[in-house]
Amino acid sequence: MNSHKKLLTGPYLIWAAAFILIPLAMIFYYGLTGEDGGFTLGNLLAIGTRENFKALGLSLILSIISTAVCLILAYPLAMILVNMNVSQSGFIVLIFILPMWMNFLLRTMAWQTLLEKNGVINQILGFLHLPSLQIINTPYAIILGMVYNFLPFMVLPLYNALLKIDRDIINAARDLGATEAYTFRKIILPLSMPGVISGIIMVFVPALTTFVISDLLGGSKILLIGNVIEQKFKQGSNWHVGSGLSLVMMVFILLSMAVMNKYDKDGEGGMF
Amino acid sequence: MDRILIDLIDITKSYDDQVILDNLNLSIRENEFLTLLGPSGCGKTTTLRIMGGFETPDSGQVIFDGEDITSLPPNKRNLNTVFQKYALFSHMTIAENIAFGLKIAKKTDTYIRDKIHYALKLVNLEGFGSRYPDSLSGGQQQRVAIARAIVNEPKVLLLDEPLGALDLKLRQDMQYELIRLKNELGITFIYVTHDQEEALTMSDTIIVMNQGYIQQMGTPEDIYNEPQNAFVADFIGESNILDGIMLEDKLVEILGVKFPCVDVGFGKNKPVDVVIRPEDIDLVDPSQGTMQGIVTHLIFKGVHYEMEVEANGFCWLVHSTDMSPVGQRVGLHVDPFDIQIMNKPESEDEEAVSIDE
Repeated sequence: MNSHKKLLTGPYLIWAAAFILIPLAMIFYYGLTGEDGGFTLGNLLAIGTRENFKALGLSLILSIISTAVCLILAYPLAMILVNMNVSQSGFIVLIFILPMWMNFLLRTMAWQTLLEKNGVINQILGFLHLPSLQIINTPYAIILGMVYNFLPFMVLPLYNALLKIDRDIINAARDLGATEAYTFRKIILPLSMPGVISGIIMVFVPALTTFVISDLLGGSKILLIGNVIEQKFKQGSNWHVGSGLSLVMMVFILLSMAVMNKYDKDGEGGMF
Repeated sequence: MDRILIDLIDITKSYDDQVILDNLNLSIRENEFLTLLGPSGCGKTTTLRIMGGFETPDSGQVIFDGEDITSLPPNKRNLNTVFQKYALFSHMTIAENIAFGLKIAKKTDTYIRDKIHYALKLVNLEGFGSRYPDSLSGGQQQRVAIARAIVNEPKVLLLDEPLGALDLKLRQDMQYELIRLKNELGITFIYVTHDQEEALTMSDTIIVMNQGYIQQMGTPEDIYNEPQNAFVADFIGESNILDGIMLEDKLVEILGVKFPCVDVGFGKNKPVDVVIRPEDIDLVDPSQGTMQGIVTHLIFKGVHYEMEVEANGFCWLVHSTDMSPVGQRVGLHVDPFDIQIMNKPESEDEEAVSIDE
């Protein structure tokens, strides 16, 4: 590359340094030092306290459940989309992606309004003389919020992976005597695995670290690890412990990325 | 060899408003190497896919070995397909690919192992069993696809332009391989291609298709030497196709000149299509020719020279091992039995259309 072209990367390099590298370095600095400025691993080990460990465990459980629900909902949908003709599937995909263009916070707040004790859903149920639902401020509401917000991130990599499977590969399996179920098990599922892995990572990582969904739909009673970190930074103003916990979360994310890189060589997840 | 194995009866198929096959009738005999030949969009692949079970005809019947299999799914049919782009299972080894059908048929492990060995040997790929499709060349992948199909001992092997993606040399080698395989296995091959040379080389029977209709069915020699209409003549090999008038039996007028020929029964003063193959035109001394002209182009093609001769307002294509230089006055002579007379198409539908390949 000549020096003239190198210049063109300048603006982005400045951006990256200012908003990615320096903040990252600061998190490392705060995470590995105490209030007195001396080196310590105490902030990382803070994950082991009863309260934090419980939050991490709950985060893991809820995000695993949400990811599983997304996968169960998305796989059949992606298969239907792939088998539709182009004009139809384009329309359905558009409908599906449309909410993604709306602000994430707005969508989650809309669910809060819907699920509230005197919210829209309960008003309708009351009007129909049906018992009211009490799911706001429960883990179920958080799972609902996660699935609602992250489902498209599961559908798209699956759709891409399934779209890549040549129709004649499926025909070949059928031609060799395979039933539809056997073809799915031995051909379609294994060949769509990169998409499944991408989808899982794309849903699992943001679900694991979310604090807005639990804040809005879980009330203040349910603490996820994201909420704990948020509290450390905002309410407690304890940047050291907050950074330490963030570093621990980063380990989880890097592990997920490593899994993704191992399986997703074709980059289905790369479209985002 | 004469027993009918597959019968297609009144097959019609259309997509949206476009008619792909219109009342197609076709019988295929046992142990035949049959080729469906035609330009893209002529319905040849659709015909093959209907036999394979990947498409259902709008109307008509597919009879296989005396049984109606029209609505039978592909996995219940005793035939196997070799797809254009190989369609190998990329997540399985070569051996696993070949074993796929055998495992479904619940064959024993020993049987499967022997079959894999046999099939790989048959397609000259011994020792490739544990490799993955991606590590093989196009020709090797195609041979795996063939091996995967034949281990199931189908009565019929359907081949959908299997050599289309290969380069010329490899394609010619594979043509001989396929003929050898067909003879060794003693099963029916139904082959789809748009390459007339491939069809002429390998087939026992060629079916020339255009716009969903069968234009001609016959041996390669029949198709080449006695094309039934201008489309077939144009599609198979190179030819001079001219308008002519059949003056009487055994005499045809072309470009105002009378040529003796051998065809009878067309009636008197009937407009016809005339086909003369370029290699059937002899360039002679102007005084001895039926028609006189001037050589306008000359190209050396290896085995022969290709020349264009302008005569009576028509540009004649001539192949000859003797060279006549550009600008030379020559006489054209054609032996009577080398002139092929054909009825003009009667309706718009039958009109021979331009070839898009």
